[in-house]
Parts: sequence; structure tokens; C-alpha cells
Amino acid sequence: MSEHHDHDHEAPRRHRHPLQPDADDTLTYHRKLEIAVRELLIEKGIFTADDVRAAIEELDGRTPDRGSRVVARAWVDPEYKALLLKDARKACESLGFDMDLFDVTLTVVENTPKVHNVIVCTLCSCYPRMLLGLPPSWYKSRAYRSRMVKEPRVVLKEFGLELPEDVTVRVHDSTADLRYLVLPMRPEGTAGMSDRLVTRDSMIGVALAQRPR
Amino acid sequence: MKRAFDPGDRVRVRKVDAPGHIRTPYYIRGKEGEIERFCGFFRNPEELAYGRYDCEQRALYRVRFLQRHVWPDYGGPRHDTVDIDIYEHWLERI
Repeated sequence: MSEHHDHDHEAPRRHRHPLQPDADDTLTYHRKLEIAVRELLIEKGIFTADDVRAAIEELDGRTPDRGSRVVARAWVDPEYKALLLKDARKACESLGFDMDLFDVTLTVVENTPKVHNVIVCTLCSCYPRMLLGLPPSWYKSRAYRSRMVKEPRVVLKEFGLELPEDVTVRVHDSTADLRYLVLPMRPEGTAGMSDRLVTRDSMIGVALAQRPR
Repeated sequence: MKRAFDPGDRVRVRKVDAPGHIRTPYYIRGKEGEIERFCGFFRNPEELAYGRYDCEQRALYRVRFLQRHVWPDYGGPRHDTVDIDIYEHWLERI
């Protein structure tokens, strides 16, 4: 970057950069609506401010670690893997994850040497939040949503993943009541290694599970 | 409850321009694919969106489409697919 600043060298004391605007200073229509409804519900005693805080804390507390635990278990336990592919909800509940909050059907799709799965939601931002937490911002971007379904191999290459022609790329557009999680393949020579091999992106399908760098 | 399709059935997505909260993406309307699995019965999102919580349930399927059928200029191999969840009332048998 250039070191040049467009300012007056004759009066250095008066030199001031413009202030960065605060990122949260736009009171949009929907932000106002949320505040108004929340304050009304608190006033009416439907819930308390602490309930709201706790709900946000719980939401932020869900991270891809949950998905990693599920995948790592499936890698070492064939019976668990069979259950995961057949009834993912039951398989997750058996690891102690509360799935009751989610009124959708979690569906796990397995990567094999011949099939690579990748998930997208072209209509909005449906995502397996119960196992991965909140989606990354690129997952919600218009570019990812429109391009992943139309030119998945080009997009995957931009993510650094180039797949051979004989591998079928299977895009899953989560348009309705299903949420998808990719079960990545276990990298060679990683027996005994922990679930840290399983990253968020490998469970979305834009990367492979890899040996630690 | 009854459903109309089984895995392996060939279907075409209805090509209609309907208003409201439609969960059938525009790009797949009129395209032909194959039922991959029956996913269960779910409340119709086109009704749910308007607060009709007691609306009837609809059969939901995962339908598999060959990318080269969806995008005539698809640049990848012939076997690549896109799988989409589609409600029964959007599908017709072919």
C-alpha cells in the first residue's frame, strides 16, 4: 500500500484522518422492528432480557466441533456410521446433542472415492446449524449460492479443491425441510488422530478432511 | 397418507410461475430428473408462510438431476448431479 497521505504538510498538527464509521450505527427498519417487538415481549412478561441473552449465547455456542465429533465417531464405528446415514437425528442425539429445537430432517451424505458432495442453499441460507453453528458469510453470499449450483467445479477450484473427472460432483440444494451434512473421507494414515482433522469446510464439502499441516 | 412416487421414478418439475413463498427454485422448473428418495410428509411451506399452521402435509422427495440436463452449457463431466428437495405437487410423472 502507498504511504502517501493526501494531507497538508504545512500544518502537521491539524492532520486528522476521518473517523471510521461504526459498523453498527445503521438502525435499519428490521433492526428497529426487532427491538420494538423484543421490548414489548419483555414488558408483557413473555420472556426476560436474560432469556434473550441466554438464547444468543446458546446460539453462538454451537460450533463445528459438534459436527467434527459426529464425523470422527462415524470414521471409527461402522455401526454408528450406518445409523448416521440412515437416521442422523438419532445418531446425533446418541452423542448428547439436543435436536428438538430443529424441526428439520438432518441428512448426512457420504463422500466416497467416486462421489463428492457439496451443500448450498440457493434460496436463502439453510445450513446444518445444529452441528455446524452459524454459516460463514460466504455461504450466504449471492455469488456462492448462484455459482455453486451452476459451476460447482469452478467454485471448488477457487476454494483450492480440484477433483478428477471420474469423481461425480453432487451438489445438494437444501430447498425445503432437509439439512445436509457432508461426511468427508478419512485421510490416509490418520488412524488414532483426533476429530481435529474434520473441519467445517470439509463438512460443507468445499474442502477435504486433511492431515494437519 | 399416500404418496405418488417411488425412488427411481422419472419426473418433470412443473413449469409454472406461481406467486408466494415457493421453495421450488426457478432454475429447476421444467427440468427432468429421478426420484432419489422419499423424505417424509411435511407441512406445505406455501401455506405455512402465511401462518396456516394446520395446513395439510405434502410428500417431499429428493430429486436427482443431471447437471447437463439442467444447464445445457454445463462445463463438467456428464455424470455430475444436483439433488433438490421438491414437494409432490410440483412434480409430474414422465
